[in-house]
Amino acid sequence: MKIHEYQAKAILREFGVPVPAGDVADTPAAARAVAQKLGGRVVVKAQIHAGGRGKGGGIKLADDPSGAETAARAILGMRLKTPQTPPEGIEVRRVLVEEASPIRQELYLSVTLDRARATHVVMASEAGGMEIEEVAAKSPEKILREWGHPALGLQAYQARRLAFGLGLSGDLFKAAVAAVLNLYRCYLAKDCSLAEINPLVVTADGRLLALDAKLNFDDNALSRRPEIQALRDIHEEDPLDVEASKFNLNYIKLTGNVGCMVNGAGLAMATMDIIKLAGGEPANFLDVGGGASPEQIENAFRILTSDSSVRAVFINIFGGILRCDRLAEGVIAAVKKLGLRLPVVVRMEGTNVELGKKMLAESGLALTTAEDMGDGARKVVELARSSR
Amino acid sequence: MSILADKKTRVVVQGITGREGAFHAARCKEYGTTVVGGVTPGKGGTTHDGFPVWNTVAEAVAQEGANCALIFVPPTAAADAIMEAAGAGVALIVCVTEGIPVADMVRAKHFLASTRSRLVGPNCPGVITPGQAKIGIMPGHIHAPGAVGVVSRSGTLTYEVVHQLTQRGIGQSTCVGIGGDPIQGISFVDVLRLFGEDPETRAIMLIGEIGGTAEEEAAAFIKARVKKPVVGFICGQTAPSGRRMGHAGAIIAGGKGTAAEKMAALGAAGVTLVKSPADMGATVERVLKA
Repeated sequence: MKIHEYQAKAILREFGVPVPAGDVADTPAAARAVAQKLGGRVVVKAQIHAGGRGKGGGIKLADDPSGAETAARAILGMRLKTPQTPPEGIEVRRVLVEEASPIRQELYLSVTLDRARATHVVMASEAGGMEIEEVAAKSPEKILREWGHPALGLQAYQARRLAFGLGLSGDLFKAAVAAVLNLYRCYLAKDCSLAEINPLVVTADGRLLALDAKLNFDDNALSRRPEIQALRDIHEEDPLDVEASKFNLNYIKLTGNVGCMVNGAGLAMATMDIIKLAGGEPANFLDVGGGASPEQIENAFRILTSDSSVRAVFINIFGGILRCDRLAEGVIAAVKKLGLRLPVVVRMEGTNVELGKKMLAESGLALTTAEDMGDGARKVVELARSSR
Repeated sequence: MSILADKKTRVVVQGITGREGAFHAARCKEYGTTVVGGVTPGKGGTTHDGFPVWNTVAEAVAQEGANCALIFVPPTAAADAIMEAAGAGVALIVCVTEGIPVADMVRAKHFLASTRSRLVGPNCPGVITPGQAKIGIMPGHIHAPGAVGVVSRSGTLTYEVVHQLTQRGIGQSTCVGIGGDPIQGISFVDVLRLFGEDPETRAIMLIGEIGGTAEEEAAAFIKARVKKPVVGFICGQTAPSGRRMGHAGAIIAGGKGTAAEKMAALGAAGVTLVKSPADMGATVERVLKA
């Protein structure tokens, strides 16, 4: 799960990581009031779950409160487009108004999982302000790493090594050591999947500040972090993704026209692949999971067919725990309720397959059956093409 | 011969009084697996669907010689269940549970390193040696004993390839689902080593997916150490970047972990690659005849 920058900064502040003074605003007048309180130059930043905001016009400097109000008026309500947003952009509903400090140096600091080493890694770099992937590709020697012990965590000497590696000394060195240890503590305490400060800046007056902040969370741990769950902003998510998540369905909208309903993540990905091989384009990824109920199947069918670009549907099920008769029951119920506006190809195999096939055949619905995955993919791509 | 599981495997099911635990304990027993009973803390001394229930794994080991634990415990308690099984000296731990917090698995994996236990999963279908033992949630009837070792990060895609093989009259030595999470117990490399040493396994089917570097590590190991033919398929060739495709570990991050990279690595290691998931069985058949 992702959260906004202003929410991330509030959490960092709680853990003793220094962030600029500021507050969030959802109207130009509120932005003006925040700027008034801060005094001096401020920066007004669009709050959306995507990076690259500056280039899209989502970050503006203002000299005084009325400038902040003008900037907020321009940003609030705009559809901000960045390389990380959908092509149509994301509507800005809030801005963060912060003190603007002259910057002497931009650094990078993050904590994330190192899958290969099966532990958490802290990364620091003097090349702040750029995407870390870019730094890794162009000048990998500029990225310093320290791995936390899986049970004992990150030690102070490791934080010192990073701070020395960044070329810091004196009070800035001490501040950086504390920031590293505190960020690591926050990452663990809140079950983050990524805690990134980019840039971590040294201001002209010699302070260390998290100028930007990104916290992503492990979805598997949200059940024990209700305070993080409360920060979810569904306006930032695709409405169909949100609808699917209500029914515990794994749905990801894509750009093609062949809707897919599959059980199991691997088979669902393989189904997308085989549609492409057959000359089509998948409209979505949809894993109904191992133990889907007829009700979930019905909702899955409703969600994937509510995508207006879908021209044909491929249901590909290998029944293990999910029995084919339960799948058939769900599909029949869904089609009876929603009508069969689109061609549907069904391929099923596995537990209770004979019963499931019989139920579909006796339902009187005009479904196309497929012998295997390859056959199903060819048929559905053909149907999608002709029903355009 | 086979790997990991055979007639001597004695399974204790952790979370046996839950819906899934009870259901699958019965299916495993039906298949012929020795299921000695189950563990649910606080319900020790009772029976559930005819299975004895203990409070701790250690009791199941002491009383029934359990040497394998099959875990269906809910996500936030599952890492603890893994450590309990390892602490009790169980040799093989199969964790089916999906959705374990990553930080919990980091600790559990570290704990395992100081024990002699081997973990399969989590978020996996389990292990089956056809005709001998089924330790997991896979449909038993699609399998047949034979000479192809199957190792995969995906559950239903494994059933798919097994079905394709069995339909062609090709049996399997052992099928191992290593799971779809970013932190896993047994790896592709571990399973490849075991299949390499197993005299009954004549060919290996490897199913990978996007995310991480497990397939690249498998490729390096195959190139250096595996003499048997390996057929490989990677799913997620059409997956978009930056999105988690169902499995917590299936994500292309910062342009890394793509299917193309993995296929290139496996191809360079001499693995016979399959483009379409519909052709997995046929390709193994061809390789076996060559």
